[in-house]
Amino acid sequence: MASTTVPQSGSSGGPAQVPLDLSGKRNRDLSEQLVKWFLLGCSLLTVATTIGIIGILLYESFEFFRHVSIWKFLTGTTWTALSRGDQQQFGVLPLVTGTLTTAFISALISIPLGLSAAIYLSEYAGARARSILKPVLELLAGVPTIVYGFFALTYITPVLLKPWLKVGAFNGLSAGIAIGIMTLPMVASLSEDALRAVPRSLREAAYGLGATKFETSVRVVVPAAISGIIASFILAISRAVGETMIVAVAAGGSPAGQTAVSKGLFDFTQSMQTMTGFIAYTFSSDVARGSSQFYSLFGVGLLLFVMTFLMNVVSQWVARRYREVYE
Amino acid sequence: MSAGSHVSTIAATSASESTRYEPRVTSRGRIAHVWRGLFFAATALAIVLLGMLLWSVVGPGWNWLSWHLITAMPSRIPAQAGMNSAIWGSIWIVSISAIFAFIVGLGCAIYLEEYAPQNRWTDFIQTNISNLAGVPSIVYGLLGLVIFVDWLGMGRSVIAGALTMGLLILPVVVISSREAIRAVPLSLRQASYGLGATKWQTVRSHVLPSAFPGILTGIILSMSRAIGETAPLIVVGGASQVLFRPTSIFDPFMVMPLQIYNWTSRPQKDFEHLAAAAIIVLMVILLLFNSVAILLRQHYSKKTRW
Repeated sequence: MASTTVPQSGSSGGPAQVPLDLSGKRNRDLSEQLVKWFLLGCSLLTVATTIGIIGILLYESFEFFRHVSIWKFLTGTTWTALSRGDQQQFGVLPLVTGTLTTAFISALISIPLGLSAAIYLSEYAGARARSILKPVLELLAGVPTIVYGFFALTYITPVLLKPWLKVGAFNGLSAGIAIGIMTLPMVASLSEDALRAVPRSLREAAYGLGATKFETSVRVVVPAAISGIIASFILAISRAVGETMIVAVAAGGSPAGQTAVSKGLFDFTQSMQTMTGFIAYTFSSDVARGSSQFYSLFGVGLLLFVMTFLMNVVSQWVARRYREVYE
Repeated sequence: MSAGSHVSTIAATSASESTRYEPRVTSRGRIAHVWRGLFFAATALAIVLLGMLLWSVVGPGWNWLSWHLITAMPSRIPAQAGMNSAIWGSIWIVSISAIFAFIVGLGCAIYLEEYAPQNRWTDFIQTNISNLAGVPSIVYGLLGLVIFVDWLGMGRSVIAGALTMGLLILPVVVISSREAIRAVPLSLRQASYGLGATKWQTVRSHVLPSAFPGILTGIILSMSRAIGETAPLIVVGGASQVLFRPTSIFDPFMVMPLQIYNWTSRPQKDFEHLAAAAIIVLMVILLLFNSVAILLRQHYSKKTRW
């Protein structure tokens, strides 16, 4: 601890000229150094976490890829990891298409609605409308994903979809819609930040040329903020790809759902297993350690990590690369 | 294509357009009006969706809300089942993970804001943290399973779950703490240095107290994230029922969202209603956490002026 230094000289001898000794330098330097090393250690722990994640995924899936060739894993169209013996096939494509389908459906909801909400909040809304709409979006963003899963299973599927479509009790569509609602606030708030960063002078120049508010927003402000907006889209899709609980509950990864993956790779009206859904389902049904099924989890996890990581990197790159810089 | 022809086509089109230019003020005004309505509708849809979401939970769950739900242990019979072990498990997991994330996250934030030299290594740490924030939560579960459960021999215990959760919320804590520390004006630090304080003395006695409300808000928000997070704990803890509350950090655990998942995935309708009631409890707790965070923010933003 770097405490205040105790005066040594003043207390022993007679009337000392300097009653306070401020030079407890050694002691101070040492504790300063210790604190610094501790803080550095904390920062290094975050790096260690990344190394840990990548290392674990590589290490455990290495075991998996000794049994199953990477090529078969990436191109196979049958995923029956939960079967026994010879029935077991590890073609990850059904899981990937399941993931991409739900992510795509979610993007159809979150991108148009999120961007519209961002434009409204940044360009149109008055103080009163904002004070109502912003908290609503924040609330939506704060709802735990398991609740969205419940919502998709018990409301979206039976109440919103059943009357119109022939859907199963578990289906990719309802999960995709729920993920879309979940990622909507993220698109809205990140895009709104980007729109608000566009300087006022640009809008005024457009008005000065006789543009309407709509034309100004869509042809001037949105293009000026496009890098931030696209970055928010990619982030939302990345989040959708990594989302677990909604698909585990509503898309058919749940124990009450089917374990077999439906025939059609993109058939979102029936139960669908995604990469995350498979991992969650397998663990909730107690998997035997050391089985190839166990190691397959890490192969899927690695693929999931690589996909989301690439999307996040692209998102950051877009945000930086195409940003219009204003003084 | 030559440059000359290009220029001439532009000139030609602009000439023909300028002769035919019509302001079309009314129709453009109408379009603008319609779109204004569409933008508003899209935003207002969020309210509708939130309403539907709440209704889908409160509708079936309201009648199942009871004191019994909070005090009883899980059971195979819906009428007797409760979420007591899950509530206690959540308290254990969330508090330990928050303490862990607070110490490490704040340390990391202080290092990056106050100590780190401006070089590639620091840039790397920063990029790494924002990338960690984007890693799917279930991948953290895989990390926790191998490192904490297996290698460190913690088993499917509270501590393994809490440390996994701590790593998961770490980026959030670092990012919010950094923002809070950055908001402290430089003059405060310089005044402290001017009086002969060392770096750590300055940070501890001046920067941190000033940044504390912001740091606390970040911690509380990250705790509310941890309360609702399910996926990594399925991997680390398994989804099997736990019929007692944890008494030490090495006990198995059940948390509220996992209990909800467990009940939701059963075929009986009654368990679905029970899950809805449990969601109400979870959401009320979350709302409390968020209100505290908002109140803190408002209270201190009024008080502090630089």
